[in-house]
Amino acid sequence: MEFDFEPFLISFKLASFTTLILFVVSLPLAWYLSQTDSKFKPFIEAVTALPIVLPPTVLGFYILYSLSFNSPIGAFFEDTFGIKLVFNFTGLVIASCFYSLPFMVQPLQSGFESLQKSMLEASYICGKGKLETLFKVALPNIKPAVITAIVVTFAHTVGEFGVVLMVGGSIPGETKVASVAIYEFVEILDYKSAHIYSAIMVAISFLVLLLVYLFNYKQKRKGFGKL
Amino acid sequence: MININILKKLHGTVGQMDLNVDIEIEQGSFVALSGESGSGKTTLLRILAGLEDVKSGTIKVDNESWLEKNGQNNFSLSAQKREIGFVFQEYALFTNMTILNNLLYVRKDLNLALKLLEMVDLKELKDRYPSSLSGGQKQRVSLARALMRKPKILLLDEPLSALDPAMRTKLQQEILSLHKEFKTTTIMVSHDPSEIYRLSNRVIVLQNGKVVNDGNVKDVLLRTTGSLKFSFEGELLDIYKLDVLNVGVVSIANQLVEVVLDSIEAKELKIGDIVNIGTKAFSPILSKS
Repeated sequence: MEFDFEPFLISFKLASFTTLILFVVSLPLAWYLSQTDSKFKPFIEAVTALPIVLPPTVLGFYILYSLSFNSPIGAFFEDTFGIKLVFNFTGLVIASCFYSLPFMVQPLQSGFESLQKSMLEASYICGKGKLETLFKVALPNIKPAVITAIVVTFAHTVGEFGVVLMVGGSIPGETKVASVAIYEFVEILDYKSAHIYSAIMVAISFLVLLLVYLFNYKQKRKGFGKL
Repeated sequence: MININILKKLHGTVGQMDLNVDIEIEQGSFVALSGESGSGKTTLLRILAGLEDVKSGTIKVDNESWLEKNGQNNFSLSAQKREIGFVFQEYALFTNMTILNNLLYVRKDLNLALKLLEMVDLKELKDRYPSSLSGGQKQRVSLARALMRKPKILLLDEPLSALDPAMRTKLQQEILSLHKEFKTTTIMVSHDPSEIYRLSNRVIVLQNGKVVNDGNVKDVLLRTTGSLKFSFEGELLDIYKLDVLNVGVVSIANQLVEVVLDSIEAKELKIGDIVNIGTKAFSPILSKS
Protein backbone atom coordinates (compact mmCIF):
# COMPACT_ATOMS: atom_id res chain seq x y z
CA MET A 1 0.00 0.00 0.00
CA GLU A 2 1.33 3.40 -0.86
CA PHE A 3 1.17 5.74 2.11
CA ASP A 4 -0.78 8.91 1.53
CA PHE A 5 0.61 11.88 3.42
CA GLU A 6 -1.83 14.37 1.95
CA PRO A 7 -4.33 14.42 4.86
CA PHE A 8 -1.45 15.27 7.22
CA LEU A 9 -0.23 18.02 4.94
CA ILE A 10 -3.73 19.49 4.80
CA SER A 11 -4.02 19.24 8.58
CA PHE A 12 -0.77 21.13 9.09
CA LYS A 13 -1.51 23.67 6.38
CA LEU A 14 -4.88 24.33 7.99
CA ALA A 15 -3.34 24.59 11.46
CA SER A 16 -0.64 26.98 10.24
CA PHE A 17 -3.10 29.34 8.58
CA THR A 18 -5.47 29.22 11.53
CA THR A 19 -2.72 29.88 14.07
CA LEU A 20 -1.32 32.78 12.09
CA ILE A 21 -4.71 34.44 11.59
CA LEU A 22 -5.77 33.84 15.18
CA PHE A 23 -2.55 35.24 16.59
CA VAL A 24 -3.03 38.49 14.70
CA VAL A 25 -6.70 38.72 15.68
CA SER A 26 -6.35 37.57 19.28
CA LEU A 27 -3.41 39.73 20.27
CA PRO A 28 -5.34 43.02 20.36
CA LEU A 29 -8.42 41.27 21.76
CA ALA A 30 -6.51 39.61 24.62
CA TRP A 31 -4.62 42.84 25.36
CA TYR A 32 -7.89 44.78 25.43
CA LEU A 33 -9.56 42.23 27.70
CA SER A 34 -6.61 42.22 30.09
CA GLN A 35 -6.54 46.01 30.41
CA THR A 36 -10.20 47.01 30.37
CA ASP A 37 -12.60 47.59 33.23
CA SER A 38 -15.54 47.79 30.85
CA LYS A 39 -18.78 46.20 31.94
CA PHE A 40 -18.92 44.46 28.57
CA LYS A 41 -15.83 42.42 29.42
CA PRO A 42 -17.73 39.40 30.82
CA PHE A 43 -19.92 39.29 27.72
CA ILE A 44 -16.96 39.35 25.35
CA GLU A 45 -15.20 36.74 27.48
CA ALA A 46 -18.26 34.49 27.47
CA VAL A 47 -18.64 34.72 23.69
CA THR A 48 -14.93 34.04 23.21
CA ALA A 49 -15.11 30.95 25.40
CA LEU A 50 -18.25 29.51 23.74
CA PRO A 51 -16.36 27.20 21.33
CA ILE A 52 -14.91 25.33 24.33
CA VAL A 53 -18.30 24.21 25.59
CA LEU A 54 -20.33 23.99 22.41
CA PRO A 55 -20.47 20.67 20.60
CA PRO A 56 -18.46 21.06 17.38
CA THR A 57 -21.57 20.06 15.47
CA VAL A 58 -23.45 23.11 16.76
CA LEU A 59 -20.61 25.38 15.73
CA GLY A 60 -20.29 23.57 12.40
CA PHE A 61 -24.01 23.81 11.78
CA TYR A 62 -24.15 27.56 12.35
CA ILE A 63 -21.04 28.22 10.30
CA LEU A 64 -22.43 26.09 7.49
CA TYR A 65 -25.75 27.84 7.75
CA SER A 66 -24.33 31.36 7.69
CA LEU A 67 -21.60 30.84 5.08
CA SER A 68 -23.40 28.68 2.51
CA PHE A 69 -24.41 30.35 -0.73
CA ASN A 70 -28.03 30.42 0.48
CA SER A 71 -27.07 32.89 3.21
CA PRO A 72 -26.48 36.62 2.68
CA ILE A 73 -22.79 36.36 3.66
CA GLY A 74 -22.13 33.36 1.47
CA ALA A 75 -24.03 34.91 -1.43
CA PHE A 76 -22.15 38.18 -1.07
CA PHE A 77 -18.72 36.51 -1.21
CA GLU A 78 -19.72 34.30 -4.13
CA ASP A 79 -21.24 37.18 -6.14
CA THR A 80 -18.58 39.79 -5.35
CA PHE A 81 -15.33 37.83 -5.17
CA GLY A 82 -16.37 34.53 -6.68
CA ILE A 83 -15.27 32.72 -3.52
CA LYS A 84 -17.17 29.83 -2.03
CA LEU A 85 -16.95 29.72 1.73
CA VAL A 86 -18.02 26.15 2.44
CA PHE A 87 -16.81 22.71 1.35
CA ASN A 88 -13.38 24.04 0.46
CA PHE A 89 -10.16 24.97 2.21
CA THR A 90 -11.14 28.63 2.77
CA GLY A 91 -14.26 27.59 4.63
CA LEU A 92 -12.20 25.20 6.69
CA VAL A 93 -9.86 28.00 7.79
CA ILE A 94 -12.77 30.26 8.74
CA ALA A 95 -14.43 27.49 10.73
CA SER A 96 -11.16 26.58 12.46
CA CYS A 97 -10.61 30.18 13.48
CA PHE A 98 -13.91 30.23 15.32
CA TYR A 99 -13.32 26.81 16.78
CA SER A 100 -9.82 27.52 18.13
CA LEU A 101 -10.30 31.16 19.13
CA PRO A 102 -10.43 30.58 22.92
CA PHE A 103 -7.26 28.52 22.82
CA MET A 104 -5.38 31.54 21.51
CA VAL A 105 -7.14 34.30 23.45
CA GLN A 106 -7.20 32.77 26.91
CA PRO A 107 -3.48 32.00 27.44
CA LEU A 108 -2.54 35.41 26.02
CA GLN A 109 -5.07 37.18 28.21
CA SER A 110 -3.99 35.43 31.39
CA GLY A 111 -0.37 36.09 30.44
CA PHE A 112 -1.07 39.81 30.12
CA GLU A 113 -3.07 39.79 33.34
CA SER A 114 -0.19 38.19 35.24
CA LEU A 115 2.10 41.10 34.36
CA GLN A 116 2.90 43.52 37.12
CA LYS A 117 0.61 46.49 36.52
CA SER A 118 3.28 48.96 37.56
CA MET A 119 5.66 47.63 34.89
CA LEU A 120 3.22 48.73 32.20
CA GLU A 121 2.59 52.02 33.99
CA ALA A 122 6.33 52.59 34.18
CA SER A 123 6.44 52.25 30.41
CA TYR A 124 3.66 54.82 29.97
CA ILE A 125 5.47 57.19 32.28
CA CYS A 126 8.60 56.72 30.17
CA GLY A 127 6.50 58.33 27.44
CA LYS A 128 5.69 55.16 25.53
CA GLY A 129 2.27 54.54 24.01
CA LYS A 130 0.10 51.46 24.43
CA LEU A 131 1.31 49.87 21.18
CA GLU A 132 4.99 50.24 21.96
CA THR A 133 4.38 49.01 25.52
CA LEU A 134 2.53 45.98 24.15
CA PHE A 135 5.33 44.95 21.79
CA LYS A 136 8.42 45.95 23.73
CA VAL A 137 7.39 45.29 27.32
CA ALA A 138 4.24 43.18 27.61
CA LEU A 139 4.83 40.56 24.88
CA PRO A 140 8.51 39.82 25.65
CA ASN A 141 7.58 39.28 29.28
CA ILE A 142 4.93 36.68 28.58
CA LYS A 143 6.91 34.47 26.19
CA PRO A 144 5.74 31.22 27.86
CA ALA A 145 2.11 32.29 27.44
CA VAL A 146 2.71 33.23 23.79
CA ILE A 147 4.34 29.89 23.05
CA THR A 148 1.57 28.04 24.88
CA ALA A 149 -1.12 29.93 22.98
CA ILE A 150 0.47 29.30 19.58
CA VAL A 151 1.24 25.65 20.13
CA VAL A 152 -2.04 24.74 21.79
CA THR A 153 -3.98 26.51 19.03
CA PHE A 154 -1.95 24.69 16.40
CA ALA A 155 -2.37 21.33 18.08
CA HIS A 156 -6.05 21.89 18.74
CA THR A 157 -6.65 22.73 15.09
CA VAL A 158 -4.78 19.62 13.94
CA GLY A 159 -6.96 17.60 16.30
CA GLU A 160 -10.32 19.01 15.30
CA PHE A 161 -12.83 16.74 13.70
CA GLY A 162 -16.51 17.62 14.00
CA VAL A 163 -16.39 21.14 12.61
CA VAL A 164 -14.07 20.10 9.81
CA LEU A 165 -16.32 17.28 8.76
CA MET A 166 -19.41 19.48 8.74
CA VAL A 167 -18.00 22.55 7.03
CA GLY A 168 -15.40 20.91 4.83
CA GLY A 169 -16.89 17.57 3.98
CA SER A 170 -14.17 15.15 3.12
CA ILE A 171 -12.83 16.15 -0.26
CA PRO A 172 -9.48 14.45 -0.89
CA GLY A 173 -6.67 16.92 -1.40
CA GLU A 174 -8.87 19.85 -0.37
CA THR A 175 -10.60 19.32 2.96
CA LYS A 176 -9.76 15.76 3.96
CA VAL A 177 -7.59 16.22 7.04
CA ALA A 178 -5.87 13.50 9.06
CA SER A 179 -8.54 13.15 11.73
CA VAL A 180 -11.26 12.73 9.10
CA ALA A 181 -9.10 10.26 7.21
CA ILE A 182 -8.77 8.09 10.32
CA TYR A 183 -12.52 8.15 10.81
CA GLU A 184 -13.01 6.94 7.25
CA PHE A 185 -10.42 4.16 7.60
CA VAL A 186 -12.24 2.86 10.64
CA GLU A 187 -15.54 3.08 8.83
CA ILE A 188 -14.28 0.82 6.04
CA LEU A 189 -12.55 -1.45 8.59
CA ASP A 190 -9.05 -0.59 7.32
CA TYR A 191 -7.56 -0.86 10.78
CA LYS A 192 -3.97 -1.03 9.56
CA SER A 193 -4.09 2.45 8.03
CA ALA A 194 -6.06 3.77 10.97
CA HIS A 195 -3.32 2.46 13.26
CA ILE A 196 -0.54 4.12 11.29
CA TYR A 197 -2.33 7.46 11.06
CA SER A 198 -3.33 7.41 14.72
CA ALA A 199 0.18 6.50 15.88
CA ILE A 200 1.62 9.38 13.88
CA MET A 201 -0.93 11.77 15.41
CA VAL A 202 -0.10 10.61 18.93
CA ALA A 203 3.64 10.93 18.33
CA ILE A 204 3.45 14.39 16.81
CA SER A 205 1.06 15.71 19.48
CA PHE A 206 3.23 14.36 22.27
CA LEU A 207 6.40 15.84 20.79
CA VAL A 208 4.81 19.24 20.34
CA LEU A 209 3.49 19.35 23.89
CA LEU A 210 6.79 18.10 25.28
CA LEU A 211 8.63 20.91 23.52
CA VAL A 212 6.26 23.50 24.98
CA TYR A 213 6.59 22.21 28.50
CA LEU A 214 10.37 21.95 28.20
CA PHE A 215 10.53 25.52 26.97
CA ASN A 216 8.32 26.82 29.78
CA TYR A 217 10.31 24.84 32.33
CA LYS A 218 13.53 26.47 31.16
CA GLN A 219 11.98 29.93 31.10
CA LYS A 220 10.78 29.51 34.67
CA ARG A 221 14.24 28.44 35.78
CA LYS A 222 15.69 31.51 34.14
CA GLY A 223 13.29 33.55 36.23
CA PHE A 224 11.81 35.25 33.20
CA GLY A 225 9.00 37.67 33.83
CA LYS A 226 9.66 37.60 37.55
CA LEU A 227 11.18 40.22 39.71
CA MET B 1 6.09 76.36 40.74
CA ILE B 2 3.68 73.48 40.86
CA ASN B 3 0.04 74.12 41.71
CA ILE B 4 -2.10 71.19 42.68
CA ASN B 5 -5.78 71.44 43.48
CA ILE B 6 -7.72 68.24 43.14
CA LEU B 7 -10.85 66.47 44.29
CA LYS B 8 -11.43 62.75 43.97
CA LYS B 9 -13.76 60.30 45.64
CA LEU B 10 -11.91 57.39 47.19
CA HIS B 11 -13.22 54.09 48.41
CA GLY B 12 -10.81 53.67 51.26
CA THR B 13 -10.60 51.17 54.07
CA VAL B 14 -12.81 53.40 56.21
CA GLY B 15 -15.49 53.73 53.55
CA GLN B 16 -15.96 56.64 51.18
CA MET B 17 -13.81 59.70 51.54
CA ASP B 18 -12.85 62.71 49.49
CA LEU B 19 -9.26 63.26 48.55
CA ASN B 20 -9.18 67.03 48.55
CA VAL B 21 -5.76 68.62 48.28
CA ASP B 22 -4.75 72.18 47.45
CA ILE B 23 -1.00 72.77 47.62
CA GLU B 24 1.79 74.69 45.97
CA ILE B 25 5.24 73.24 45.60
CA GLU B 26 8.28 75.26 44.86
CA GLN B 27 10.62 74.45 42.02
CA GLY B 28 13.53 72.26 43.07
CA SER B 29 12.23 71.43 46.52
CA PHE B 30 12.11 68.03 48.16
CA VAL B 31 8.71 67.36 49.67
CA ALA B 32 7.86 64.41 51.86
CA LEU B 33 4.30 63.14 51.85
CA SER B 34 3.38 61.40 55.05
CA GLY B 35 0.31 60.04 56.79
CA GLU B 36 -1.42 56.81 57.73
CA SER B 37 -1.94 54.16 55.10
CA GLY B 38 -5.17 54.76 53.25
CA SER B 39 -4.91 58.52 53.66
CA GLY B 40 -4.51 59.08 49.92
CA LYS B 41 -0.75 59.61 49.56
CA THR B 42 -0.17 57.10 46.79
CA THR B 43 -3.34 58.18 45.00
CA LEU B 44 -2.12 61.77 45.02
CA LEU B 45 1.17 60.70 43.39
CA ARG B 46 -0.70 58.63 40.80
CA ILE B 47 -2.96 61.56 39.97
CA LEU B 48 0.11 63.76 39.49
CA ALA B 49 1.61 61.13 37.19
CA GLY B 50 -1.59 60.90 35.16
CA LEU B 51 -2.18 57.28 36.12
CA GLU B 52 -5.44 58.05 37.84
CA ASP B 53 -8.38 60.23 36.97
CA VAL B 54 -10.02 62.86 39.14
CA LYS B 55 -13.51 64.27 39.43
CA SER B 56 -12.36 67.85 39.25
CA GLY B 57 -9.19 69.81 39.71
CA THR B 58 -6.23 71.57 38.20
CA ILE B 59 -2.56 70.74 38.02
CA LYS B 60 -0.17 73.35 36.72
CA VAL B 61 3.55 72.83 36.34
CA ASP B 62 5.58 75.90 35.41
CA ASN B 63 2.43 77.50 34.00
CA GLU B 64 1.89 74.48 31.78
CA SER B 65 -1.48 72.91 32.38
CA TRP B 66 -1.47 69.18 33.07
CA LEU B 67 -5.01 68.92 34.29
CA GLU B 68 -7.98 71.22 33.99
CA LYS B 69 -11.25 69.65 35.03
CA ASN B 70 -14.23 71.71 36.01
CA GLY B 71 -17.71 72.34 34.67
CA GLN B 72 -16.47 73.60 31.29
CA ASN B 73 -13.06 72.09 30.69
CA ASN B 74 -12.25 68.43 30.67
CA PHE B 75 -8.57 68.38 29.87
CA SER B 76 -6.01 65.93 31.15
CA LEU B 77 -2.53 65.55 29.73
CA SER B 78 -1.73 61.86 29.25
CA ALA B 79 0.81 60.14 31.47
CA GLN B 80 3.07 59.79 28.43
CA LYS B 81 3.25 63.54 27.88
CA ARG B 82 3.77 64.65 31.46
CA GLU B 83 7.46 64.86 32.11
CA ILE B 84 7.50 62.72 35.21
CA GLY B 85 9.83 60.26 36.82
CA PHE B 86 8.17 57.67 38.99
CA VAL B 87 9.79 55.17 41.32
CA PHE B 88 7.43 52.42 42.40
CA GLN B 89 7.66 50.61 45.70
CA GLU B 90 7.89 47.32 43.83
CA TYR B 91 10.64 48.53 41.40
CA ALA B 92 8.60 47.88 38.21
CA LEU B 93 11.68 47.23 36.09
CA PHE B 94 11.32 45.83 32.58
CA THR B 95 12.35 42.25 33.28
CA ASN B 96 13.00 41.44 29.62
CA MET B 97 15.72 44.07 29.29
CA THR B 98 19.20 44.46 30.70
CA ILE B 99 19.85 47.19 33.25
CA LEU B 100 21.33 49.47 30.60
CA ASN B 101 18.44 48.82 28.22
CA ASN B 102 15.95 49.62 30.97
CA LEU B 103 17.43 53.10 30.93
CA LEU B 104 17.87 53.36 27.17
CA TYR B 105 14.23 52.38 26.65
CA VAL B 106 13.27 55.75 28.08
CA ARG B 107 15.65 57.70 25.89
CA LYS B 108 18.47 56.74 23.57
CA ASP B 109 21.06 58.71 25.47
CA LEU B 110 23.95 56.40 26.24
CA ASN B 111 26.06 59.08 27.97
CA LEU B 112 23.31 60.03 30.40
CA ALA B 113 22.52 56.37 31.06
CA LEU B 114 26.12 55.55 31.88
CA LYS B 115 26.47 58.64 34.02
CA LEU B 116 23.35 57.74 36.03
CA LEU B 117 24.48 54.13 36.44
CA GLU B 118 27.82 55.39 37.63
CA MET B 119 26.15 57.64 40.19
CA VAL B 120 24.11 54.78 41.65
CA ASP B 121 27.14 52.53 41.57
CA LEU B 122 25.80 49.99 39.09
CA LYS B 123 27.97 50.48 36.03
CA GLU B 124 29.55 47.04 36.36
CA LEU B 125 26.13 45.39 36.37
CA LYS B 126 24.77 47.17 33.32
CA ASP B 127 24.49 44.03 31.19
CA ARG B 128 22.73 41.97 33.85
CA TYR B 129 18.99 41.32 33.91
CA PRO B 130 16.85 42.64 36.78
CA SER B 131 16.05 39.16 38.11
CA SER B 132 19.68 38.69 39.17
CA LEU B 133 19.79 41.89 41.25
CA SER B 134 19.09 42.46 44.93
CA GLY B 135 16.22 44.65 46.09
CA GLY B 136 18.45 47.62 46.76
CA GLN B 137 20.14 47.33 43.36
CA LYS B 138 16.78 47.09 41.62
CA GLN B 139 15.54 50.22 43.30
CA ARG B 140 18.69 52.07 42.27
CA VAL B 141 18.07 51.05 38.66
CA SER B 142 14.51 52.26 39.02
CA LEU B 143 15.74 55.57 40.37
CA ALA B 144 18.23 55.98 37.54
CA ARG B 145 15.56 55.08 34.99
CA ALA B 146 13.18 57.66 36.44
CA LEU B 147 15.78 60.38 35.88
CA MET B 148 16.50 59.41 32.24
CA ARG B 149 13.74 61.71 31.04
CA LYS B 150 15.16 64.62 33.01
CA PRO B 151 11.69 64.94 34.53
CA LYS B 152 10.12 68.11 35.86
CA ILE B 153 8.86 66.20 38.88
CA LEU B 154 10.27 63.05 40.43
CA LEU B 155 7.71 61.01 42.33
CA LEU B 156 8.91 58.39 44.80
CA ASP B 157 6.26 56.06 46.23
CA GLU B 158 7.76 54.58 49.40
CA PRO B 159 10.86 53.71 47.42
CA LEU B 160 12.85 52.28 50.31
CA SER B 161 10.22 50.55 52.39
CA ALA B 162 11.12 47.08 51.13
CA LEU B 163 14.81 47.44 51.96
CA ASP B 164 16.83 46.73 55.06
CA PRO B 165 18.03 49.65 57.25
CA ALA B 166 21.65 49.67 56.00
CA MET B 167 20.55 49.71 52.37
CA ARG B 168 18.00 52.42 53.17
CA THR B 169 20.65 54.73 54.52
CA LYS B 170 22.87 54.16 51.49
CA LEU B 171 20.02 54.84 49.09
CA GLN B 172 18.92 57.90 51.00
CA GLN B 173 22.36 59.33 50.37
CA GLU B 174 22.12 58.47 46.70
CA ILE B 175 18.69 60.05 46.38
CA LEU B 176 20.04 63.15 48.05
CA SER B 177 23.08 63.41 45.78
CA LEU B 178 20.93 62.83 42.69
CA HIS B 179 18.56 65.52 43.90
CA LYS B 180 21.45 67.93 44.32
CA GLU B 181 22.87 67.08 40.91
CA PHE B 182 19.65 67.33 38.88
CA LYS B 183 17.68 69.73 41.08
CA THR B 184 14.52 67.88 40.21
CA THR B 185 11.44 68.82 42.19
CA THR B 186 10.81 65.68 44.20
CA ILE B 187 7.80 64.37 46.06
CA MET B 188 8.38 61.29 48.18
CA VAL B 189 5.89 59.21 50.13
CA SER B 190 7.52 58.04 53.33
CA HIS B 191 6.65 56.90 56.85
CA ASP B 192 10.14 57.02 58.21
CA PRO B 193 10.85 60.24 60.19
CA SER B 194 14.63 59.88 59.97
CA GLU B 195 14.36 59.41 56.19
CA ILE B 196 12.10 62.45 55.90
CA TYR B 197 14.41 64.50 58.07
CA ARG B 198 17.48 63.51 56.10
CA LEU B 199 16.03 64.17 52.65
CA SER B 200 13.25 66.69 52.59
CA ASN B 201 12.78 70.32 53.42
CA ARG B 202 9.01 70.23 53.69
CA VAL B 203 6.52 67.70 55.04
CA ILE B 204 2.89 67.41 54.08
CA VAL B 205 0.83 65.14 56.29
CA LEU B 206 -2.39 63.69 54.89
CA GLN B 207 -5.23 62.28 56.92
CA ASN B 208 -8.43 60.96 55.39
CA GLY B 209 -7.66 62.72 52.15
CA LYS B 210 -7.02 66.15 53.66
CA VAL B 211 -3.82 68.00 54.46
CA VAL B 212 -3.65 68.18 58.26
CA ASN B 213 -0.10 69.39 58.61
CA ASP B 214 2.19 71.17 56.20
CA GLY B 215 5.45 72.83 56.95
CA ASN B 216 9.06 72.80 57.78
CA VAL B 217 10.44 69.35 58.63
CA LYS B 218 11.52 70.35 62.12
CA ASP B 219 8.19 71.93 63.01
CA VAL B 220 6.18 68.96 61.89
CA LEU B 221 8.39 66.09 62.96
CA LEU B 222 9.82 67.12 66.29
CA ARG B 223 6.96 66.17 68.53
CA THR B 224 7.67 68.46 71.42
CA THR B 225 4.63 70.04 73.00
CA GLY B 226 4.46 72.61 75.77
CA SER B 227 7.41 72.61 78.05
CA LEU B 228 8.37 69.04 77.20
CA LYS B 229 11.71 69.20 75.51
CA PHE B 230 12.35 65.56 75.05
CA SER B 231 9.39 63.52 73.96
CA PHE B 232 8.68 60.28 72.11
CA GLU B 233 5.58 58.55 71.04
CA GLY B 234 5.38 54.85 71.79
CA GLU B 235 3.10 51.93 72.42
CA LEU B 236 2.55 50.60 75.91
CA LEU B 237 3.29 46.89 75.69
CA ASP B 238 3.10 45.76 79.30
CA ILE B 239 2.57 46.91 82.88
CA TYR B 240 3.98 44.85 85.72
CA LYS B 241 4.56 45.23 89.42
CA LEU B 242 8.08 45.20 90.78
CA ASP B 243 7.97 45.18 94.58
CA VAL B 244 6.09 48.40 95.27
CA LEU B 245 6.66 49.96 91.86
CA ASN B 246 4.59 49.78 88.69
CA VAL B 247 6.75 49.40 85.59
CA GLY B 248 5.54 50.06 82.06
CA VAL B 249 7.23 48.61 78.99
CA VAL B 250 7.02 50.99 76.05
CA SER B 251 8.05 50.38 72.48
CA ILE B 252 9.57 53.46 70.86
CA ALA B 253 10.57 53.00 67.24
CA ASN B 254 12.26 49.63 67.38
CA GLN B 255 13.44 49.84 70.95
CA LEU B 256 11.85 48.80 74.20
CA VAL B 257 12.23 50.91 77.33
CA GLU B 258 11.00 50.53 80.88
CA VAL B 259 9.42 53.42 82.73
CA VAL B 260 8.28 53.69 86.31
CA LEU B 261 4.58 54.52 86.59
CA ASP B 262 2.79 55.85 89.66
CA SER B 263 -0.27 53.98 90.85
CA ILE B 264 -2.78 56.36 89.26
CA GLU B 265 -1.04 56.14 85.88
CA ALA B 266 -0.90 52.40 86.17
CA LYS B 267 -4.67 52.29 86.69
CA GLU B 268 -5.58 54.69 83.92
CA LEU B 269 -3.33 53.30 81.24
CA LYS B 270 -4.02 50.03 79.54
CA ILE B 271 -1.84 47.83 77.43
CA GLY B 272 -1.86 48.85 73.77
CA ASP B 273 -2.28 52.58 74.50
CA ILE B 274 -0.26 55.01 72.44
CA VAL B 275 1.65 57.15 74.93
CA ASN B 276 4.04 60.06 74.97
CA ILE B 277 7.16 59.73 77.02
CA GLY B 278 8.77 63.02 77.91
CA THR B 279 10.88 64.77 80.41
CA LYS B 280 11.37 68.42 81.32
CA ALA B 281 14.47 68.45 83.39
CA PHE B 282 16.81 66.47 81.28
CA SER B 283 20.36 65.97 80.41
CA PRO B 284 20.29 63.22 77.83
CA ILE B 285 23.60 61.59 77.25
CA LEU B 286 24.55 60.89 73.68
CA SER B 287 27.20 58.29 73.10
CA LYS B 288 28.26 56.31 70.07
CA SER B 289 26.66 52.88 69.90
